[in-house]
Amino acid sequence: MGSLNEPVRRPLTLDVSGLPSVAFGHQNTTWLANVFYMAIEGMMFALMFATYFYLRTRSTNWPPGHLPPTLKYGALNAVVFFVSIIPAWIVKRRAPERNRIGVRNGLLVLALFALAATVLRIFEFSALNCRWTDDAYSSTVWVLIGMHSGHLATELIETLVLLAISFTPKMEGTRLADAAINSDYWYFVVVTGLMVDVLIYGTTRLL
Amino acid sequence: MVTAFIFFLLGGVLAAMIRLQLIRPENSLMGPDLYNQVFTMHGSTMIFLFAVPMMFQGFGVYIVPLMCGARNIAFPRLNAFSYYLYVGGALVLWGGLLTNTGPDVGWFAYVPLSGPAYSPGHRADIWSQMITFTEVSALGVAICLATTILRHRAPGMTLNRMPILLWEKLVISIAVIFAMPAVMIASGLLLLDRLVGTHFFNPAEGGDVLLYQHLFWFFGHPEVYIIFLPGAAIISTLVECFSRRRIFGYTPIVVSVVATGFIGFSVWVHHMFATGLPQLSESFFTAASLMIVIPTGTQFFCWVATLWYGRLQLRLPMLWCFGFFFVFLIGGLSGVMLASVPVDLQVHDTYFVVAHFHYVLIGGALFPMFAGIYFWFPKMTGRMANAALGKWHFWLFFIGFNITFFTLHFLGLRGMPRRVYTYGPDMHWQGLNILASSGVVFMTAGLLVFLANVFHSVRAGEIAGNNPWGDAGLEWSTSSPPPPYNFLHVPTVSGRDPLWEDPPDQPVVVGLRDDIRETLVTHSLDADPQHKDEDPGPSIWPFLSALTVSAAFVGSIFTPWAVPLGAPPVIATLIGWLWPRGQSPTPQPAGESWVR
Repeated sequence: MGSLNEPVRRPLTLDVSGLPSVAFGHQNTTWLANVFYMAIEGMMFALMFATYFYLRTRSTNWPPGHLPPTLKYGALNAVVFFVSIIPAWIVKRRAPERNRIGVRNGLLVLALFALAATVLRIFEFSALNCRWTDDAYSSTVWVLIGMHSGHLATELIETLVLLAISFTPKMEGTRLADAAINSDYWYFVVVTGLMVDVLIYGTTRLL
Repeated sequence: MVTAFIFFLLGGVLAAMIRLQLIRPENSLMGPDLYNQVFTMHGSTMIFLFAVPMMFQGFGVYIVPLMCGARNIAFPRLNAFSYYLYVGGALVLWGGLLTNTGPDVGWFAYVPLSGPAYSPGHRADIWSQMITFTEVSALGVAICLATTILRHRAPGMTLNRMPILLWEKLVISIAVIFAMPAVMIASGLLLLDRLVGTHFFNPAEGGDVLLYQHLFWFFGHPEVYIIFLPGAAIISTLVECFSRRRIFGYTPIVVSVVATGFIGFSVWVHHMFATGLPQLSESFFTAASLMIVIPTGTQFFCWVATLWYGRLQLRLPMLWCFGFFFVFLIGGLSGVMLASVPVDLQVHDTYFVVAHFHYVLIGGALFPMFAGIYFWFPKMTGRMANAALGKWHFWLFFIGFNITFFTLHFLGLRGMPRRVYTYGPDMHWQGLNILASSGVVFMTAGLLVFLANVFHSVRAGEIAGNNPWGDAGLEWSTSSPPPPYNFLHVPTVSGRDPLWEDPPDQPVVVGLRDDIRETLVTHSLDADPQHKDEDPGPSIWPFLSALTVSAAFVGSIFTPWAVPLGAPPVIATLIGWLWPRGQSPTPQPAGESWVR
């Protein structure tokens, strides 16, 4: 034991061995990267929305010489998007509990919803009442919905891959955190999908 | 950094060809077609293959983890993937030139010139896809750098102790995240107009050509700051080091950097003053453009005050800093002139503008780049660069640069337009053109001296030691060159200038496992240790993914079917990349612990 007269020495080490090795939510670095990805893609959507409204100012009629896109499949898809939030939320909730069965079931249902949304999207393309080569309006509508379809397909594949992993012992630790982050990305796909819906189904009737 | 520097040299060769062509009237060295390709390739190479990859990505990837006290950059595989894509984009662009399909529509590829009606063939498509390659690459690195800065700082390095260079890298990363999508949208829509017959920029079908300019410059002006702020970051670091005192006005500089990031997004229309915009827009964007002087001036005055109150050591890197002060100041002053609509309209598309942006970009990026290279050369190589050769390099380059580009102001004021492959003898521009071209000889000689210095010093330079400049940054606390894991023990800090302020027995981090690549994740604001993370090991999958993505990008220059046909290999390689391998779950000595 040291004497009271000895100068106080600072500890030479900061021991972090007891720190956790898996983090969920905003403490996870992949979560932060996912936020940045969503910012990038959100910016791309915002610029396409701006393009849409910019081109609107270049035309007296809107849609110019076309019927607005038929509502049926788009409305159905909007419902699918809304309801799909539930399995995504379940996955996000079950993952930190290490409830692998719950995560697997949630991913399975989420994949089914993503698949349904993708199939409905194919029908949506046929109900746009225009082709991309018709005019600038048609080009914008096709690119908007095409961009979102790319996100939808990406998310479907990612969910299927996570679902496949969930049937193996590898669905542990950071993989569970990835499943939770996948739900965040699904929310992003839903929000942007609904915004695209408002644009191409709503503003074509209101503007 | 090495790759970007090679493209700088290639871009320089193109610049020399331009000056050679313009040295006399009606010169037949190059015809208009080749000249158009050469000046387009020069601009595109310098901006997309050199300036951003060098100043943002190259320096950032090297120095940010070291300055943070981190063992590695966040997401190293994404970082590798980004590098491969950058190389892919560069090969596509230069492959185009070498096969006589080099882009010939200017570095910004304005429509309608670059549209399907006026640019048949694939030259403009090559430009568009080069943009996709390089911007995806920059975005990937922006995510890596921002995450490293926010989550991998050494314990104790709170936000208000963060080196200014890290602040600037963080602001630039965020600017990249919000600016690069605009050019990707612009070039993507251009490609769609050309490839599948959309009409975004076709006025006959409800499209608009100015839409392209808005999208392009919404990226293009923040791009200026994406190039300049890394230079300013280097200057702040060096001024502090060689003044032997803490930087004057840390907080105003940080606020200025953040403000520059914001204001940079509100001035893009000043590139479009000659397009017939409403007067109100012109007034607004004039005011916004002039406003950028405030944060830039604040940084300038803080550097001057640091030098004034410090004990200046005029070492080789500082010489380049003073070169920056002089050159960038002139560029800034002509920028203030151009922000005024009447002046802008008068000199629009003349060599005055060429002179201005070379003063800004070479002053704001190239001079700080050489300052930074000489400063961190001992850290990168373990040896000092030769100071005498470095001074020759500086003076040759500085004199040559000013001969060339100061002269261009006068050529612009005498009405010489940009992008013309020749001019008539009756224009009386030959004398000034000869003077401008003669500066290239000095700059080339300077660069040759630099290359000789690098090759000589890498092998025979004086051994540097850990901290040859006596700087305060964490990067100087490790060996030169640093080991692959950067720090044997992750450091902690208790002040803004750790190597100047921290006590000798400042704690180091222990408890990270050495049998796997374990890293420490700290809090974004106060840098308290939060949890441990595991970096992935080396993998071939990012390279394979970059190959398949590149194949899809290149294919889509020629046919839209490349997208559906290219997607399955891309998906397969991405799954290969992300599929978990090895022992699972990650073994922990005392059981896995979680934080929610």
